[in-house]
Amino acid sequence: MENTIISLRNAVVEYDGEQILKSISLDIIDKQFVTLLGPSGCGKTTTLRIIGGFAEMASGELFFNGVNIKNLPPHKRQVNTVFQKYALFPHLNIYENIAFGLRIQKLPEGEIKTRVEEMLELVNMRGYEKRSINSLSGGQQQRIAIARALVNRPKVLLLDEPLGALDLKLRKDMQIELKRMQQDLEITFIYVTHDQEEALTMSDTVVVMRDGMIQQIGTPQDIYNEPKNAFVADFIGESNIIDGIMRRDFLVEFAGREFVCVDKGFEKDELVDVVIRPEDIKVVSQDKGAIVGVVENVVFKGVHYEITVDALGYKWIIQSTMSEEVGSIIGMNVTPEDIHIMHKSEESR
Amino acid sequence: MKVSRTLAIPYVVWVLIFTVVPLGLVIGFAFTNPDGKITLENIFEMSDYMAVLFRSILFAIAATVICLIIAFPAAYIISRANAINQSTLIVLLMVPMWINFLLRTYAWMTLLEQNGVINRILGAIGLGPYQLINNSGAVILGMVYNYLPFMILPLYSVMVKIDQSVIEAAQDLGSNKIRLVRKILLPLSMPGISTGVIAVFVPSVSTFVISRMLGGGTNDLIGDIIEMQFSGNSYNPHLGSAMALVLMIIVLFMMSLFNQFGTEEDVAL
Amino acid sequence: MKSISSKVYMYILYAFLYLPILVLIVFSFNQSKSRANWTGFTLHWYADLFRDERILTSLLNTVIVALAASVLATVLGTMAALGIHSMGKFGKSVLMGATYIPVINPEIIMGISLMILFRFFVAHFNFQFGFATLILAHISFDVPYVIYNVLPKLRAMNPNLVEAAQDLGCNPRQAFFKAVIPEIMPGIFSGFLMALTYSVDDFVVSYFTSGTTVETLSVTIESMTRVKVSPKINALSAIIFVVITAILIIKNVLENRRLRRDMALSRAALKEARGK
Repeated sequence: MENTIISLRNAVVEYDGEQILKSISLDIIDKQFVTLLGPSGCGKTTTLRIIGGFAEMASGELFFNGVNIKNLPPHKRQVNTVFQKYALFPHLNIYENIAFGLRIQKLPEGEIKTRVEEMLELVNMRGYEKRSINSLSGGQQQRIAIARALVNRPKVLLLDEPLGALDLKLRKDMQIELKRMQQDLEITFIYVTHDQEEALTMSDTVVVMRDGMIQQIGTPQDIYNEPKNAFVADFIGESNIIDGIMRRDFLVEFAGREFVCVDKGFEKDELVDVVIRPEDIKVVSQDKGAIVGVVENVVFKGVHYEITVDALGYKWIIQSTMSEEVGSIIGMNVTPEDIHIMHKSEESR
Repeated sequence: MKVSRTLAIPYVVWVLIFTVVPLGLVIGFAFTNPDGKITLENIFEMSDYMAVLFRSILFAIAATVICLIIAFPAAYIISRANAINQSTLIVLLMVPMWINFLLRTYAWMTLLEQNGVINRILGAIGLGPYQLINNSGAVILGMVYNYLPFMILPLYSVMVKIDQSVIEAAQDLGSNKIRLVRKILLPLSMPGISTGVIAVFVPSVSTFVISRMLGGGTNDLIGDIIEMQFSGNSYNPHLGSAMALVLMIIVLFMMSLFNQFGTEEDVAL
Repeated sequence: MKSISSKVYMYILYAFLYLPILVLIVFSFNQSKSRANWTGFTLHWYADLFRDERILTSLLNTVIVALAASVLATVLGTMAALGIHSMGKFGKSVLMGATYIPVINPEIIMGISLMILFRFFVAHFNFQFGFATLILAHISFDVPYVIYNVLPKLRAMNPNLVEAAQDLGCNPRQAFFKAVIPEIMPGIFSGFLMALTYSVDDFVVSYFTSGTTVETLSVTIESMTRVKVSPKINALSAIIFVVITAILIIKNVLENRRLRRDMALSRAALKEARGK
């Protein structure tokens, strides 16, 4: 059922003698919404450009439906791209921008018209055919850029931070719309972003990248709940990351005492990163807390309060629906399922 | 993108043939005699023309200074007008520029000559006639008239970028007019001044038409002497090349003085 | 233009710029040959002008030289700009420096240096002074202006535009003609116009490179001012003045209209964006 549409094998990209991608292998499953997520300079855009045909690999292979397309020029690939700054053609009106690819294919005028109108309908821009690009707002240009790519009925749509220039409200709307389009059209979307929230909302699969390497591939739930290392944990939402020692299976020592956990398979007394999500820490009274600390700071965040607690030399971040008084002493508890143990990655933190 | 770099090859060849080689030939001619022997006599012969050279530089400096004095307030006034007025004033400045400069200079001939329009008008009120043409003043006037827009335009283009609030802030802080000009306008306009000075000085110091038409043969400039070596009676391209070389050195010196080995933005008038 | 003094200053300045030309034009309608004494209205200098074989021929020559030179300079300059744009820092600065030479070099030096070159050609190859030398010389001083007009357009171009075209199915050649050329077309066109005006207006370089067989209009005017002064020149000035003024006014009006329309459009887009 799940067949791989794009397969990247040991991709290496070098620029000015520096490795931008350090041997990446990645399988993209057909009809999925796949997000490449990571901070700037992590190689996510480069990965996208390899698939689009705009970046050259120093070594490695790229398969599309099992065929090696490493040396295929961009115009012969069955993928289309939505560029970061849209890259619409300023000298053409909206209709002609969308029709551009179809005209290159020399399709009959009638078919071009139907397909362009279909696309304008899809992106909610009917009636704008004759308008010039410069008269559109950023959000509208974005829609045209998506329509211009989708009208060619690509097997895979590549999107390079397409919502980066939009304001927050518009962004949220577009996220939902993009997801709807992807599901309606049943094609593969490969989406590049540095916004973890965006990645978690829209994706079927998230690929977390850093320094030209893939850190973790998984569903948004996997990535959030079971981050593979401290970097992923920290990048996906805020986390408390504490140094710990794995005493034996299911028992970890941190913050001066031992906790029961659900992880095993570590070496005895291995130094580990202990990751605890802020929303997983429960505030209890002083005498019932496994850890006791002083409230340093409380910030109201709308849905919850963000409380900073100083305990045992760490600044703990807690999200709670209840506020606490600054300076008061509180107890904190955490259940074994919410303690995530990770190998210390050699260059993390 | 590697392909597009090769698009410049025809132009590189062109620059070599029509810019580099000709300049090389001028230098070569300057240091040879008609028999093709290497010599310095052309350079030595230049000493006969020191007075002309000196006059050329003097006239060009005078024209440049006068242009600067006239252009500075004008450019400032234009730069503070509203957008539509600005574009109209600039177009009005360009119209005379696009008329062949021979015709513009010819217009001054008809105005200044012995029984020209100005002397007629003065005569009607019982004055003159005065000798208005064929003197150094007429030549400098011709330079100022022809090249004044070259000074106003670059000045305007830097002044228009000076925010009104900067000027208002200076006034607010108690600057009087002279201080405003000296401390704010002058330093901020410096790039425009250097461009304008070069744009007026270079054609002034090398002209041969203005001096011929308005100087009447009594105020020959270095340009006239060079021109004579190539198409006049005293045909001697070797001496002419030596003079051209000296002229180029003067221009290069002026440019280094005003630090104008600049970018293309400076000349996009 | 707030104060009276600045208004007066500007009036005097523009009077200084325009009065000589206006006097010239007025006397193109003067009956006698005098350039100062008004003796009555006539149009016969205009009639004479259009019967003057020499002026008409040189006008035609000017048109031929200017058109040929500016078209060729536009092709050469556009190619050069594309090449320079994709060059490394060193190549770019060397070539831009060389491009700067014809712009800043005194015209007389450009004229005599090309004259020496062409004399060399004549001496060694089957080559004559005439249209060929004029056109070659004009191309040389025209090309920089084309480059200066095209390069900024290339710099302002979205670097993804070519990729977008290729992404949509263009091979590199199609991408160039369908995405790059239309994008830099305004620069190419204004470069062409600038080259054309410089060519039409040129006297000094033409003077040294035309030889004896082909005369451009400027060269003819110069020799007319030298020997016999005729009000035909005034008539010619009047015609040129009217044509130039008309062109510049039309251009200005069109630009102002476009400016206003662009402002209105971006305002509308802003409103729409806010409305969302």
